[in-house]
Amino acid sequence: MRNSFAKKITEMAQKDSSIILIVGDLGFGVLDDFANKLPNQYINAGVTEQSMMSMAAGLASQGFRPFVYSIANFPIFRCFEQIRNDVSYMGNPVTIVAVGAGLSYGNLGYSHHAIEDIAAIRSLTGFEIYAPCDGSEVEVSLELIIASSKPSYLRLGKGGEKEISNETLSILNIESANINNHGSILFTGSIGSRVLEAKELLVAKGVTPQVISCHSLNDTSIQKLIRAVGNFPIMVVEEHSKIGGLGSWIIESADEMDMQLKVSRIDLRNHSISKLGDQSFLLDEAGVTAENISAKFLNLVGR
Amino acid sequence: MSKKSIDIARNSRISALKMVNSAKAAHIGSSLSCIDILSVLYSGVADIRKPVESRDFVIVSKGHAAAGTYSVLATSGHMNLELLDTYGTNGSELGGHVTHSKNDLITLSTGSLGHGLPYGIGIALSKKRKSFDGRVFILMSDGECDEGTTWESALLAHQFKLDNLFVIIDRNGIQSLSSTEDTLQLEPLAEKWNAFNWEVETIDGHSHPQIENAFKSSRGPKCIIANTTKGKGVSFMEGSVLWHYRPPSDTELDAALKEVGGNQNEK
Repeated sequence: MRNSFAKKITEMAQKDSSIILIVGDLGFGVLDDFANKLPNQYINAGVTEQSMMSMAAGLASQGFRPFVYSIANFPIFRCFEQIRNDVSYMGNPVTIVAVGAGLSYGNLGYSHHAIEDIAAIRSLTGFEIYAPCDGSEVEVSLELIIASSKPSYLRLGKGGEKEISNETLSILNIESANINNHGSILFTGSIGSRVLEAKELLVAKGVTPQVISCHSLNDTSIQKLIRAVGNFPIMVVEEHSKIGGLGSWIIESADEMDMQLKVSRIDLRNHSISKLGDQSFLLDEAGVTAENISAKFLNLVGR
Repeated sequence: MSKKSIDIARNSRISALKMVNSAKAAHIGSSLSCIDILSVLYSGVADIRKPVESRDFVIVSKGHAAAGTYSVLATSGHMNLELLDTYGTNGSELGGHVTHSKNDLITLSTGSLGHGLPYGIGIALSKKRKSFDGRVFILMSDGECDEGTTWESALLAHQFKLDNLFVIIDRNGIQSLSSTEDTLQLEPLAEKWNAFNWEVETIDGHSHPQIENAFKSSRGPKCIIANTTKGKGVSFMEGSVLWHYRPPSDTELDAALKEVGGNQNEK
């Protein structure tokens, strides 16, 4: 996803001089091509996350489209007030790009994990959130970001994710999809590969859920999603805290829409910050496995 | 220009005192401290009404000086004077800290210290990248120099060679609970900014000619340390921590207005 981002943003910035890429002294080797081709649209702001975010807001106020790129926790939590006051409240179209969604940087320790990020950004006014599952969805997300004039948050994995979006339905065109009564599994990000493994287990048992990648998150897209799939059982799988992520969003939106959902959730509620290991190990330890997804889904649909 | 800015400053002191009395609001000392600086800027030294290609920007990063800021904006003709009467009332568009709402001339809502400088760097950098003229003026409090973003930004502004950026530090020596030096020693403040490769000029922050003169030239990002008196113009407020918070009673307002050359019945 990192490389897809780098390639696509370089192409877009070559056509659109308002795009500025601001990095927080991170991205070694990943963004070199952008920096070399577009030196006037590239800024390394050093290790100044807070000032970097306010500066990006100032640039956005003058018509630039700044993309602030850093590792998961840094461009969110280190500078949350700057995002709130200078980006969100001032309505400046800054795009925060966080690489290392969820437990991507597992071995680096919990300083570098991002498992409360969607909750934090979602609580702000006017933000659109993008959590793609692979390179193709990164490209779609970037096009949507530039077409919008709102602040946005692009949540990227680390790198090396498999292309899986061709095997999933997209939240973007869910209204026109044929929805069956077996129910749906909704997810954000690269956890989708585990969801697809779970789907195989389910298909072997004669259950064929819709698997829907929810990469474009805002109140409108969530409401459309609920209207499309909310009459059948829903399972939400996410590499995020149980608080404030996709699962919360769906339940809260359904409440606002006065709809009763049959919903089950798998997230990082059983993740222990004292455990260290790579992403795959940590997800296994937290019980976010294909087997558990499959078993819980069967339970949800009464099989 | 000075005659005009001196009139603006006098009228603004009168307005600000009336506003905090009526709203029972805090921070009059902070407003009186920087009204001269703002009056010079908004009297036309900062040209905030030109087209974007050449206009100046002013950011009041010490957002608690809201009564002073709104007063200067209104008395210098940039904002409707009648709006001042709404200060502190329900439904007002004038926040207790500088709030950007319908007035585009307020560049940034502030109130949390340490935001104005990096935001202003973004605007100054935008001007550079677009080859636009115009300057960015950022009024900061001295207590604001405690903030980490102040020094992050000091590094950034020099790195980007922003000779269109002016920081004015309202050096009244008093922060929320005590003197700046008893809280976290700032001195030698000029040397600190100098060590960050900024041009530094120290002036009397109540002398309009000195303020105006300090904006005339710069060799890079420029930090103007404006020595001021908190509560300037009202003897019993001057140099006092108490008036960081206390709104004047009606009696105190009368006494204060006499000192700044107004009376309560004067609009």
